[in-house]
Order: sequence, then structure tokens, then C-alpha cells
Amino acid sequence: MLAAARAGRHALLVAPTGAGKTLAGFLPTLAELADAPGDGLHTLYISPLKALAVDVQRNLLNPIAEMGLDIRVETRTGDTPSDRKARQRVKPPHILLTTPESLSLLLSYPDADRLLASLRTIVIDEVHAFAAGKRGDLLALCLARLQRLSPGLRRVALSATVADPDDYRAWLAPDGDIDAVTLVQGDPGADPRIEILLPEGRIPWSGHSGRYAAPQVMAQIEAHATTIVFCNTRSLAELIFQDLWKSNERSLPIGVHHGSLAVEARRKVEQAMADGRLRALVATASLDLGVDWGNVDCVIQMGAPKGSSRLLQRIGRANHRLDEPSEAIVVPGNRFEYLEARAALDAVEAGELDTELFRPGALDVLAQHLMACACAEPFDAADMLQEVRAALPYSALDAETFDRVLHYIAEGGYALRAYDRFKRLTKGADGLWRVSHPRFVQQHRLNAGIIVDAPTLDVRFRNGRKLGTVEEYFASTLSTGDTFFFAGLSLEVERIELTDLIVRASSRPARIPTYVGTRMALSTNLAQRVRTFLHDRAQWPRFPADVREWLEIQGRRSRLPEPGQLLIETFPHEGRHYMVAYSFEGWNAHQSLGMLITRRMEALGLKPIGFVSNDYALACYGLEPITDPAALFSPDILEHEFVEWVQGSNLLKRAFREVAVIGGLVERQHPGKRKSGKQVTFSTDLIYDVLRKYEPTHLLLQAAWEDARARMTDVGRLATLLETAQARMLHVPLERISPLAVPVMVLIGREHVPQGSADDALLTEAEAMAAEAMRLD
Amino acid sequence: MVRFSFSGHELVALSAGALYWPAREALLVADLHFEKASWFAQFGQMLPPYDTLATLDALEAVVARVNPAELWCLGDSFHDPRGCTRLPVAAQERLRALTSGCRWTWITGNHDAGFTASCGGAVLEEAVVDGLVLRHEADPGETRPELSGHFHPKLRVTVRGRTIARRCFVATASKLVLPAFGSLTGGLEPHHPEIVRAVGRGAEALVALEDRLLRFPVAA
Repeated sequence: MLAAARAGRHALLVAPTGAGKTLAGFLPTLAELADAPGDGLHTLYISPLKALAVDVQRNLLNPIAEMGLDIRVETRTGDTPSDRKARQRVKPPHILLTTPESLSLLLSYPDADRLLASLRTIVIDEVHAFAAGKRGDLLALCLARLQRLSPGLRRVALSATVADPDDYRAWLAPDGDIDAVTLVQGDPGADPRIEILLPEGRIPWSGHSGRYAAPQVMAQIEAHATTIVFCNTRSLAELIFQDLWKSNERSLPIGVHHGSLAVEARRKVEQAMADGRLRALVATASLDLGVDWGNVDCVIQMGAPKGSSRLLQRIGRANHRLDEPSEAIVVPGNRFEYLEARAALDAVEAGELDTELFRPGALDVLAQHLMACACAEPFDAADMLQEVRAALPYSALDAETFDRVLHYIAEGGYALRAYDRFKRLTKGADGLWRVSHPRFVQQHRLNAGIIVDAPTLDVRFRNGRKLGTVEEYFASTLSTGDTFFFAGLSLEVERIELTDLIVRASSRPARIPTYVGTRMALSTNLAQRVRTFLHDRAQWPRFPADVREWLEIQGRRSRLPEPGQLLIETFPHEGRHYMVAYSFEGWNAHQSLGMLITRRMEALGLKPIGFVSNDYALACYGLEPITDPAALFSPDILEHEFVEWVQGSNLLKRAFREVAVIGGLVERQHPGKRKSGKQVTFSTDLIYDVLRKYEPTHLLLQAAWEDARARMTDVGRLATLLETAQARMLHVPLERISPLAVPVMVLIGREHVPQGSADDALLTEAEAMAAEAMRLD
Repeated sequence: MVRFSFSGHELVALSAGALYWPAREALLVADLHFEKASWFAQFGQMLPPYDTLATLDALEAVVARVNPAELWCLGDSFHDPRGCTRLPVAAQERLRALTSGCRWTWITGNHDAGFTASCGGAVLEEAVVDGLVLRHEADPGETRPELSGHFHPKLRVTVRGRTIARRCFVATASKLVLPAFGSLTGGLEPHHPEIVRAVGRGAEALVALEDRLLRFPVAA
């Protein structure tokens, strides 16, 4: 790192967690400042997490104090008091630790150029976690701006082990010039020791998340000093915590941690972990990144890991010493999950990681960035386009699209030029674009940001203590007296007050909150390996006896598809006719496919009743036998039903909500303001519907569509599946259910096909249920 | 189109979110909120400028369907008192054609109090028609039967994992609250405390489908 710095080169450092990357990133800065302290801001450090910035500050202050250096280090995040932020702009520290969002805000001040002119280095931590997403787009744009303000700026990025470091080198480089970035590879460290936990050597047919193994997991917790138990969703974390608690005969201190818990609650749990006061922490992706705890000696993954990179990342949370292997245990929930867990272990051993999909920069992020730039100073459109293109995600941006974005910021970007009088940006006689009223500057700073949370309600006790948040969607299904598990407690709803869900502790059995769209997709990588396992008998001796037997009988009774084949089985079962497709495209894609296929079945007179799916397969069923599955999978679905379906789906509405907030079309929800009635919130669904009808080519609809297609990979996977299905199809008609079909057939959570005009029928059904329930006789 | 009885009058709840009163050949709509988007655009939220067009489209369709002799707008027809003057020229013309096609009355609400009706129609604060009080916001102290708007009631039902939100009427023995007819209007659930405070307990939410009227008890 020092060599790259002395040569004045940009650098990407790739090393596993615990290798001391962050300090390595700062070494050149400390060396330079020790030689020539100087005034002004020298180094910016960018972290995806506020907490990480605070932790890094602590870790930097020690060596600085020990070396007796006069170097000031400060953090600047959403939590920093505004007077300190103002002071930082007047009298900056040598090293400023911040987040992409806070950097973007810093750039929106008129004095940003003066402040940042002295900047020599920018260090970007955990770059693998966000470069390919929208926060990566924002940071890339900020880098382009910084480079103009301080042309000698050196860029340094720190990354965990990634599949293709060159993707990140290119992202980091000015103008995408990959050769300008030196790649520094860290010591890979000892290989992790991962086991698959099989209680009594058997794996259940169905279920997921490994809940059945709670006693064995508890035994592991007892046998280790500190354990992190990772779950794939927040709902599961709550469930597993309950299960473990029931098996916790020695009453060991265990905790739960996920993104919906109140910040204070999370900090408390994190502190307890840091102090070594907890024996286990049940967690979700909220802990994939974050502060290192040296004392964790075991990581347990409940359910299948869904991707090898994620598994590795999670395992890295244990035992932060390079010379000792991390210890980890995977608990598969059913036989397919066993295969997936085995696939993940093989992939980790082979060093095969999931690739991140880099795609063109998002237009809503560009809109936010341009507004930030305009807040700082008037700009010339041609110069700005050139600057923006220096950021790799926007290198192919054409002038026309750029103009559309400007037009969008100025007056909404509508063909109907209704808002000429209300422009937010105006082009002056000098040809420069500027913000037309200071009010809009303030509005931008209040609403800027890339993370858009689903609308939520605060969960509180009557005394006002906040436990966390649940999504409005889930809250709307609750009534007074209902109970649900949250923060490891069983809670009873007392009442709902505008933005608060008032609860009290309860001992009654409870439901689990659901969170929309939190299911992780199975990586294509692991899906491919699982497919290979099915066909490659040489692998089978490694599997436990019941998995082996399951596959052997499947081979005799039906077929084991080759990796490229799409196996489709049809069989009657309990008076219905089933079709099971083993497509391995993940639950999200399968749910969508289920709706499309059953709609086709309807049209073909096959009288569909419903469908059910998991990550590996989709089962559709109806009253008539399906003799020609190929007809159901014809690719013209893509042209007709598919686009219509995606556009009408919640997936796209969610994407639209996000681009509408990021792009500044509507204001972000500020819970405090909303409560005091000072903020009107709009349903972005209504805006979406109006736009679709009256201006279907609008920039934000385009942005939402691109998001849905590129970022939510399920849509792309579904499209590919439909395109190739007929050519790859292997149809096996059976007399009765096959072994491979059992895991999907026994699932709960079946979706029924509504009869007739869908929503009307469902409402009518709801009315009948209400009448039934309210009848007094 | 299914009739239901309210305080001795036969009424029809239309699936579009309007109310038809056959005995008077009267059509009633509430909370059109014309020019809501342009109101927000002044403050930097550039909502699509198509809300007025969408609301006009829907209104023209329902007028063409029932061909009413009179039409009552139950307040908040414009998002603000200046909304009527902000209407685009084409929208003004369409609105004039509507108001000249029947006896048209604008009852004013909290959003459009004191507006000038530059596109035709009479303006009243409230009215009593054949014994029914028509006003914008239900008055809890009112003892006569009353038709009103203001609350934008919207029912949300989760069936089989799918959440369906629909505009609805809220009815008690003597009070009927209409849903918002405007295209860019949000909603309050019928059990919302503000609605319960205005209409009292024991209300029903009515959802009009094409061929039937669904009734949901309102838990309060």
C-alpha cells in the first residue's frame, strides 16, 4: 500500500476480514501527515455504515496517540450535531470519516470547493458491499466531483475477497481507466472450517431455516465462548430466537439483532457483544457488515446460505485472526437445502464467489447528485456532463438522457409543460443552471439519501419506549389484542396511533412480523452446483443416507435432469393434477412464474386452483391434467403477459417509490413531521398509476423499470427461464408424486388462483368471512 | 348498480366512487381535489400534472353513464381556493361543459372555502335536499340524515396474503360518508379514530362492485 501511495497511484486492497485492511488504508495518510502535518482536510474515509466510521475513529486514535502525532480525526454522519458539522466546514479535521450520503451533502455546500481543495486521499472501506448498487453510483459521482475540486486526489478502496477484483478496479478508477489502479492482494489467511450440522444424521423432508435443530444449536452455543447465529430474514431471526430460548435450559445470555429494531436496542446489544456479555446473538444481514468483535469463535448459518460470498462474509465474522481458521456450522432445513449447503461449502473451498452485477448508473441517483451540485454552485451543462461521464457507471450516458434528467429536476420532466412557473432549476442568461429559490436547497438537504425504507410504524410501549419498527403493511393486518413476536418478546397490540403501534408484553402465542421483499435470492452459482449434484452420481457418496436414497429413488421413479435441462413432472395427487417445474431460479422468480403460468392454464381451460414454490421448484395444480407443459412456457408470455404483469406488480411499484424519493419527486417521510401533521404523504402507487396512464415514457418510469430488470435479478432470471424453457424442457408424466416433488408439495403458503375478476372475488370472499365471523347464533 | 336504503331514501353506490340518487336523478361526488399536483409543484414536489385530467375523465364517464339532472360536489373540489384559476385552459372548457349540462352545485370544504367558481355552477356552504343534509364534513351533533365527504375513506383488506385497497362509503343509520373521487387522493381506513369521532360507532364500510354492494362492519 505504501509503495502504491509513494508512486501516487490509486489502489484497491483486497483481503479477507480481519487482515487489518482499514489500518493499511490509512498508513500512507498517517505517514504523510507525520512528515508534514499541515492544515486542512487531508483524507476522507467513506464507510457504508455510520457505526463503522465511529469504530474506525476509535481504532485510529490509539496509534495516533501512541505515535504522538498531532492529527485530528472526526466523524461526520447523520448523527453528527449540526453545530459540529458547521464547524467542520470552517475548520476541517485532517481526517474526516463519513458515509456516501454525508459526503454528497457536504458537496452541496457552496464552500465545498475551498474545503476539499486540500484533499489528498480518499479511502473507501467495504467497497464490495455497495459499489454495484445505487450508493455506489452516488459515490462514483462524488468521486468525479472531488477529482475536479482536487485533481491530485488519490483513490484507495478496501474490499473483502471478491470474484472479480477488476470490476472494482474499473469502478474506482477515474474515467474507468483500470490501469491507473494498483491491485494489492492481502494474505488470504487460513481456510475456514465449515461443517454441516445433521442432528441424528437425518434431514427433514420439508421446512426451512433449520428450526428443528434448535437444541443442537443451543449445544453449540454452550460449547463456544461467543456465537453468532445468522438467519436469512428478520422474521426467521425472531422465530429462531424463540426456539433457542425454549432450549436454553442454562439460561445463557442470548440476544437478537436485526434492521427493524430500534437503533438504541441494536447499540445496546452490540455493546454487550463487544464487552463479551452475550453468549450468542441471533442476527440477520444487519450484521454482515460492521464492527469486529474479537471474541466470536463460532458462526452458525440457519437454513441454506443462498450464496457463497455471503457465507464467506458471515464466516469471517468469527475469529479475526488470520493464522487460525474461522469455525462455522451450516444448518440446512430440508434436503434441497442440504444440497445447497453442500454446494456452498464446495464453492467456498474452490474459492468460487458470486459475481456482483455492475449495471449502468441509476438516473434517480444522477438527479439527486445534479441537484446537490446545483445547490453548491451554478453549473454549465456541458461541463457537468463531462464530469459525470468520468464516473464509470455513467460513462455511456448520452447527452439526450442527461438533458432529460435536467428537465426532470427543473420541472418534473413532463411532456405537458405545466410547471414552467414553478421551476426548481433555471438556466440563467450566462448559460449556467442554478437553483431558483433557497427553499429548494433546504428541501434537497432534508430529502437527499439513497436508502428508502418501506413505510413503517414505531413499536412502542405505553411509556413511550421504542422497540423498533414494523412495516405499515404488516401493521395493517393487526388489530387490538393481536400478538406478535418482536425484539425477542411476545407483544400484544393495545392500539394504533397514526405512526405508533402501542404494545404491551404478553405471554400468549404470537405471530411473526413479515417484511415485504426481504427474501434473498438463491445465487445462480449455487443453483448451478445443486443442478450438477442431481445428475452427477459420483457426488452422492458424500451425502447422508437419506439424501442419497431420496435421489436414487427419484432416478428410478422419474428422471434426474442434466444441469442444462428443465425437468417438468406432471402427476395426479389427491384428486388434482399437478405440474412441478424444477427451475432453480429462486422463490421470487417462481412466485411470479406461478402467477403467469396459472393465468395461461386458465386461458387453456385447465382450471387452475393454485400454486406453491420454493427456491428450487414451482408446483401448479388444477382440475384438468396438463399434458403439454411446453404450451404453458411459450416465450410469447414475455411479450404479452409478462410486461403487463411486471408493470402492474408490487415489485415495480416498490421500485417506483424508491426512484421517486431518491430522484426528489416526492419528499422523504420524516416520521416526526408526519406525526405533528406537518407532512402530507402521497401514495406513490397513485402517482405511478397516473404516470403509466398519461405519460408512460416518463424518466422515472424508465428508471423504475431498469431497476426492476437489472437490480432485482429475479426479473431477469425469469425472462431467461421463459426464453429457454421450451428448448430445455424434459417432460416426465408420472402416475404419482415423485420424491423430488415432496419438498415443494408439503410447503405451506400456497397461493390460490382467484376466480373471475381477481380483487372483486377476494373482496367478496372477505365480506363473507366477516359475515360468518360476526354471526350470533 | 345495486340500490340500498339510507334514512328512507333509495340510493345507489357506484363502483367509480360516486353516489346516485334515482328519485332526484342526482349524482353526488366528494373530494375531487382538482389541481392538487400543481399546488405541490409550487413547493418543489413536481407531481404529475395529470391529476385534473384523470379526475375529469372519470367524472365525464360517470356523468355519461347516469346522465344526471343535478350534480352535487360535496366539498374540496379544488385542492386550494386558487385551484379553479390554475386549471389548464382545456380542463376549464371540459369543466364548463360539465357544469352547463345539469344543475351543478359546489358545496365548499376546508380546502376550497371561498373559491370563485369561474367554470360555472353554484357555490354553497351546505344544503338540505329532500330532508338530507349535504355538507363537506360530517357534524357529530347533526341529528338529521346527512351526506358528506372529507375523510376519503378507503378500506384495506388482506385476503390470502394479498392486500386490496378500495375506496368505500362509510354508513351509519343517519350518516353516509362518500369516498374521495379525485385521482390523486389518499385515504383513511374506515375505523380511523377521526372517522369514528365524526360518525359514531357501529358503522359499516360499503364497497360498490359492478353488480353488488359489499358491507364490512367497522371495528372501532
